[in-house]
Amino acid sequence: MAETRLMTINMGPQHPATHGVLRLVLELDGEIIVKATPHIGHLHRGVEKLAEARTYHQIIPLTDRLDYTNAMGNNLAYVLAVEKLLGIEVPKRAQYLRVMMAELQRLAAHLIWLGTHALDIGAMTLLFYNFREREEILRIFEEVAGGRLTPTYLRIGGVAKDLPEGIEGKIRSFVNAFPDHMKEYETLLTKNVIWLKRTKGVGIISKEDAINWGVTGPTLRGSGVKWDVRKAFPYSSYDEFEFDIPTGSTGDVYDRYYVRLREMEWSNSIVRQALDRLPKGPIMADDPKVALPPKEMVLTDIASLIRHFKIVSEGITPPRGEVYASVEASKGELGFYIVSDGSNRPLRMRIRPPSFLNLSALPKMIEGGLIADVISAIGSIDIVLGEIDR
Amino acid sequence: MQVFYFLIETIIKCVVVFACLMLSVAYLTWLERKVLGHIQIRFGPNRCGPFGLLQPFSDGIKAFFKEDLIPGSADKPVFVLAPMIAIISAISMFAVIPFGNQFTLPGTDYVVKLRIADIDIGLLYVFGIASLGEFGIVLGGWASGNKYGLTGSLRAAAQMISYEVALGLSIVGVILLSQSLRLTEIVALQAGGFWHWNIIYQPAAFVFFIVCALAEINRTPFDMPEAESELACGFNIEYSSMKFALFFMAEYAHMITVASIAVTLFLGGWQAPLPFLEFIPGVFWFGAKVFILIFFFIWQRGTFPRLRYDQIMKFGWKVLFELTLINILITAFVMLLKG
Repeated sequence: MAETRLMTINMGPQHPATHGVLRLVLELDGEIIVKATPHIGHLHRGVEKLAEARTYHQIIPLTDRLDYTNAMGNNLAYVLAVEKLLGIEVPKRAQYLRVMMAELQRLAAHLIWLGTHALDIGAMTLLFYNFREREEILRIFEEVAGGRLTPTYLRIGGVAKDLPEGIEGKIRSFVNAFPDHMKEYETLLTKNVIWLKRTKGVGIISKEDAINWGVTGPTLRGSGVKWDVRKAFPYSSYDEFEFDIPTGSTGDVYDRYYVRLREMEWSNSIVRQALDRLPKGPIMADDPKVALPPKEMVLTDIASLIRHFKIVSEGITPPRGEVYASVEASKGELGFYIVSDGSNRPLRMRIRPPSFLNLSALPKMIEGGLIADVISAIGSIDIVLGEIDR
Repeated sequence: MQVFYFLIETIIKCVVVFACLMLSVAYLTWLERKVLGHIQIRFGPNRCGPFGLLQPFSDGIKAFFKEDLIPGSADKPVFVLAPMIAIISAISMFAVIPFGNQFTLPGTDYVVKLRIADIDIGLLYVFGIASLGEFGIVLGGWASGNKYGLTGSLRAAAQMISYEVALGLSIVGVILLSQSLRLTEIVALQAGGFWHWNIIYQPAAFVFFIVCALAEINRTPFDMPEAESELACGFNIEYSSMKFALFFMAEYAHMITVASIAVTLFLGGWQAPLPFLEFIPGVFWFGAKVFILIFFFIWQRGTFPRLRYDQIMKFGWKVLFELTLINILITAFVMLLKG
């Protein structure tokens, strides 16, 4: 009798379908996964440590680079935490702008997910359609904030600047055209027999398992848990918007796909609502310790000049304390836990990345499946390694 | 003297067919990239020459001058042999395909028939050689000494076994109708307009043949051995330089050959679709029909996702196999009734 051994295969970090630099060590019996071990750390940049050596405002660009497909959402989670620490109220217009940008960003992030997920499963055409729409969103960001991938648009106490002239029309035309694009994507996938075969009943994670592993976001909702931070702990005026939490039932790849598509429709609707009801008013909190004085005051008034210099060079000094704030990012609950010792730099900043916890549930989904299922499961949990390794 | 003329004629035909086939392969890569490009709202190659027409040559030159790596853990002789098997089988299949009618050389009474060889068991030859081609993929992946390559070649072997059966069975109906394995006879029986083509009598068989053919030439949704997102290119993962290019060319040559066989068996070969169009040479019609099929192959690549390996096996054995058998039964029954 010949000895049979399992084959160990190293999937990644250089592999076209591991979404960056994830390394999966798979133990295979033929093509069946016996054991899967994710290894992380190939994209570690020490964001949490870097944050300890920066003033509160200087940390915002770092957060852009966590989940680089969801920069606005990351900004939002961070500034919410600092604002909570400072105890300041953000003006309504700024809140609405934040919501609008965060939802546009969610659309962009989900578009990348859809394209790459479909590409992994072999339907390559969709990627180009998705990037066409994402490009429009990035152009909007460029006009609004100056940056595309890493806009750094949000500020502690508000947003960096008001909307430029004429951008509202562009956002509106994008929002109006988007439902037709959604139809295009769905024609290619939702009822495609091959797509159904590849996604239905694959990579299942039960409701209980999903909760126990700390899975959040569309991955959790795909398993049938109606949980969304935007509804559970409304932040930034989300309670004033109308939207639903789409859920799946079995928790397979198809459910997660379906949940995300419905979420894109709601995001689009939220952007439209924000645009329709955008209030007038200031975009920065009226707090002299946080907000920079207006430019003409800096040039004419010595007190304002000093204040400007102090905020820029020294930064803001929140009171001593610990704070946690989280948002519903495109991948799940993104939280920032900040410990302040009363100085101008955080003593410790801890990030709760949704992808890290979602990834930890991956072996649960794929063990017993085939190599092809690994690919569709990785695609369906939508991980970004920048956020996992931080 | 007759033998001498025959030799000269055959050599000339071989050279011409080989050159045309290689040129078609080169431009098929261009066509695929161009068509896929337009499906995917981009341009495809457009830098190298007008409309990117020189791109295949630039690719060929590049492949030729790349470093030829053979991994240390590879089984060297097999590793070198595998791409040769792939390309030889893909090309030599074309030997029996009639791509046009006969014509008399002007000024003489010498008749030139537009096919290289007209053998009695033409169809058997085609399928024999086609199966041989899979060895290139299986051996190539196995000899690479790479686990992804090994998985790719295992998939290729499994896929070959399941689909070759259905592929063979799908054409039995045509053989029953034409009572011959000789490709020229099969084409001759389909003369006189498109309502005489086998696709009219055997529409189901045509669909089965196309599905199996997609599996045979490893294209989406059946591109298991390659599956770039799963196996990172599968069987050809360790191949570089001209050896990779040979596999690549073999794949495209295979595509042309399979399309040609489909045209010969089901779409009337070089015959014109309507009788009054017969003044146009058969070679044109043959090329046009092959082009349409190939366009279909490219088009569906831009549309469909990839099936999973076990699903392909299931589909092959549990669906296609039965359907082709039923098709044969019905065909045989109808022929029996008609006498």
